[in-house]
Amino acid sequence: MKRLLTLALSGLALTATPALAQDVTVTNARLVIGDGSAPIEGGAVVVRGGRVVYAGPASGAPAGGMTIDAGGAWVTPGLFATVTTLGLADVAAVGESNDITANGSPFSAALDASAAINPTSQHILVHRAAGITRAATTTLPSGSIFGGQGAIIDLDGDAKPVMQARAFQMIVLGENGGTRAGGSRVAAHVLLRAALREAQALIGKAGTPQTTEIAKDDALFLGRFDAEALVPVVTGQQKLYIAVDRAADIRAVLALKAEYPKLDLVLVGASEGWLVAKEIAAAGIPVIANGLTDLPESFEQLGATQSNAGRLARAGVKVAINAATMQDPRRLQQVAGNLVALTRVPGASGMEWDQAFAAISSVPAEISGLGGKAGVLKPGALGDVVLWDGDPLEVGSVPTKVFIGGVEQSLESHQSRLRNRYRDLDESDLPKAYDW
Amino acid sequence: MFADKTVPARLGRLAALVSALALIASVTVADARARGKDRKQGKDEETSASTLAAAKPGEGVFASTYKPFPSIATAIRGATIFDGRGNRIDNGVVFMSGGKIVAVGGPDTPIPADIAVLDGTGKFVTPGIIDIHSHLGDYPSPGVEAHSDGNEATAPTTPEVWAEHSVWPQDPGFTRALVNGGITALQILPGSANLMGGRSVTLKNVPARTTQAMKFPGAPYGLKMACGENPKRVYGSRGRMPSTRMGNLAVNRETWLAAIDYANDEKAKRDLGKETLVGVLKGEILVHNHCYRADEMALVLDMAKEMGYRVSAFHHAVEAYKIGDLLRENDVCSAIWADWYGFKMESYDGILENAAFLQREGACVVIHSDDANDIQRLNQEAAKARAAGLRMGIDISEGTAIQWITYNAAKAMGIEKMTGSLEEGKMADVVLWNGNPLSVYSRPEKVWIDGALMFDAMDPKRRPVSDFELGQPGEGDVK
Repeated sequence: MKRLLTLALSGLALTATPALAQDVTVTNARLVIGDGSAPIEGGAVVVRGGRVVYAGPASGAPAGGMTIDAGGAWVTPGLFATVTTLGLADVAAVGESNDITANGSPFSAALDASAAINPTSQHILVHRAAGITRAATTTLPSGSIFGGQGAIIDLDGDAKPVMQARAFQMIVLGENGGTRAGGSRVAAHVLLRAALREAQALIGKAGTPQTTEIAKDDALFLGRFDAEALVPVVTGQQKLYIAVDRAADIRAVLALKAEYPKLDLVLVGASEGWLVAKEIAAAGIPVIANGLTDLPESFEQLGATQSNAGRLARAGVKVAINAATMQDPRRLQQVAGNLVALTRVPGASGMEWDQAFAAISSVPAEISGLGGKAGVLKPGALGDVVLWDGDPLEVGSVPTKVFIGGVEQSLESHQSRLRNRYRDLDESDLPKAYDW
Repeated sequence: MFADKTVPARLGRLAALVSALALIASVTVADARARGKDRKQGKDEETSASTLAAAKPGEGVFASTYKPFPSIATAIRGATIFDGRGNRIDNGVVFMSGGKIVAVGGPDTPIPADIAVLDGTGKFVTPGIIDIHSHLGDYPSPGVEAHSDGNEATAPTTPEVWAEHSVWPQDPGFTRALVNGGITALQILPGSANLMGGRSVTLKNVPARTTQAMKFPGAPYGLKMACGENPKRVYGSRGRMPSTRMGNLAVNRETWLAAIDYANDEKAKRDLGKETLVGVLKGEILVHNHCYRADEMALVLDMAKEMGYRVSAFHHAVEAYKIGDLLRENDVCSAIWADWYGFKMESYDGILENAAFLQREGACVVIHSDDANDIQRLNQEAAKARAAGLRMGIDISEGTAIQWITYNAAKAMGIEKMTGSLEEGKMADVVLWNGNPLSVYSRPEKVWIDGALMFDAMDPKRRPVSDFELGQPGEGDVK
């Protein structure tokens, strides 16, 4: 009976009105700031009005508010997942529930993920319970090289999941881009430049002609609305995420910067990035790198190695871990942990623990334009605090409490409810359908 | 006999052998090389030296040519040992010689004076990891259309195809599975487009020029079957049967009935597909059934009873936790992921506790990959699944979690008498880990297959590089 009551309460909690931000102090923490610094034993983090006001040794913490004794547990900033499709699909293979791609749409760059984020998506609930509190989420290319405009979201499940709409434009080059541009990398590069030129024309760059669209037969590679959507890209107001893997394709992206100096570029994937690490570092372009991709899955990934991220970082590149190349973004912790494992493998390059954690917290937040605000516990940052039942990079560790913007979150989901229902198979009184 | 539902579906090995002999009794003494059979006369006719004929059904074809590589007698001393049968030995000794495990035990286990001794202090030893569900070789890297050899998606039942005829031994994925995952044996299955996708093949994870040189000697064949969404989608979209789950079952049952008729018809013309199905009915070929939903697994179990075969393992059994009792009673293993969920409708109810809840019921758990990346980390997947159980108060030892990816996999593949655990006389398929294999921070340091050292993290040259990767970026890299 007690169990039933507990379950009933948790069921109610799932649908309850979100609470207001609390003033919370977490003490006795193995405190991870998230900026690459070492954990602080006996640390404390203080959140007031939804923001971090203190994080450091307990001795310096201001008093007041609700206090939680972490009992020596790991306490970290919320993880920041990039690049994801969280909130854009219920079941990826169920087409009508999937807003990630739009094969039949005439639009590409104009697509705006923020219009469709479902804050109560099960994937958001599941990933929140895995310690991910914010994410960059985006539509993906289908009819052209342009995937559309991604959004920065929070995972608190309230009515406003979008923190920043149209935060970046997502495009693919390489094999994928070539396919979508009509059959070759060459075509993709012409399309990209033509599109950027159209965007410049729309803001009055002298001498640049305007066309209404770029199309072939039924395929529209760029329409007027897409060109308009690229204006903030070409002016550097909106980040341009370019997914490429081959070293030569990475160099081609770096070369874009000479033609379009205002582009605010981010490389995504970059499986062979380690082969051009110095050039990427010199260009000052951050990389959302594939973490454990080590197979020549395509001819543009022949040099793929799990040491890619580590080698890029060692060359001075700002490296976040790409959530798009794992089964689900909740594996970010596992991928980061594996990068730590590589530091003990002869000949491999990995990351020390503090750096690996930063690669799934503060660094992706910085790349997303939220430096100092997300993925880090520093005064002024958003009050995203996660308490863990173990080392957060160890497989099997999960959060015991998650705060987003100072609000404690429910960790319930479809999965947790199934788990509770099937904790035994006892149907001696009634079918399982009555156990909820 | 195959129409008789009272015959126990599960035939012992001996019984299977006897029935196999009975079926080909009239030709068992025939010299295979005589090939004196007129195919029009039926498979059991007397042979005559003057006519052309293929080798007889039941004779070894595409036989394994695998031979263990040279090994030196080696002992590992001072390591923590998980033996694959659920046991843990601290400060233990593993001694292998002649390609076999000679001794496993505590610190007092005698080690001959003249052999190589490795200091395992702070390290861990497990049996070679076994993946029961892989498509390495039949969906190899690079994953180009020219390499798409895993689904003969031209008919809903193709039990006549054999996965080994699609395996490309140069798939670099085999090498990654060895060096990062400690994989020493794996089952390559056809895909799941078809209700009956064809025969699987079990391989030793040794680099080889031919697939035959990878084939695990003495491993039984498997038959890949598939429930649910995939077959009905693939064929329904072409306007042919099956287009529904009831269509799936109907096609399956009709096919089994035809196989039973075939088995009982001594005059029947040879039929490769039906030979596979008869092998299942006789208990010689093990059924590996892709099946996500609990209700569908229950239907398959009844179909198996009806037709007189047994299911060795349900693969991708995302909802197995709902019927752990039924699976235990039927002695069926569930080959599952630790955390895959929600990517297709029939995976919507995936939960982290699947393995733990099955273990709670006493049902057989196998953690599988179905993935060229996850096969490199089956140990971590097992660790995740165990952790989820511990959180629910289900006591699962570390040794049990290792058993999920070693002995239990071997058992469901029918090779548990040869490998899958560190026991005297078994194949010396062994992994030395640089830390606890259930930690994300640990990696294989050395991997032996039949006692031969096939990977050594401390020796850059003791690492396989496939033909495909020679002369290409990253050749010989740590990967």
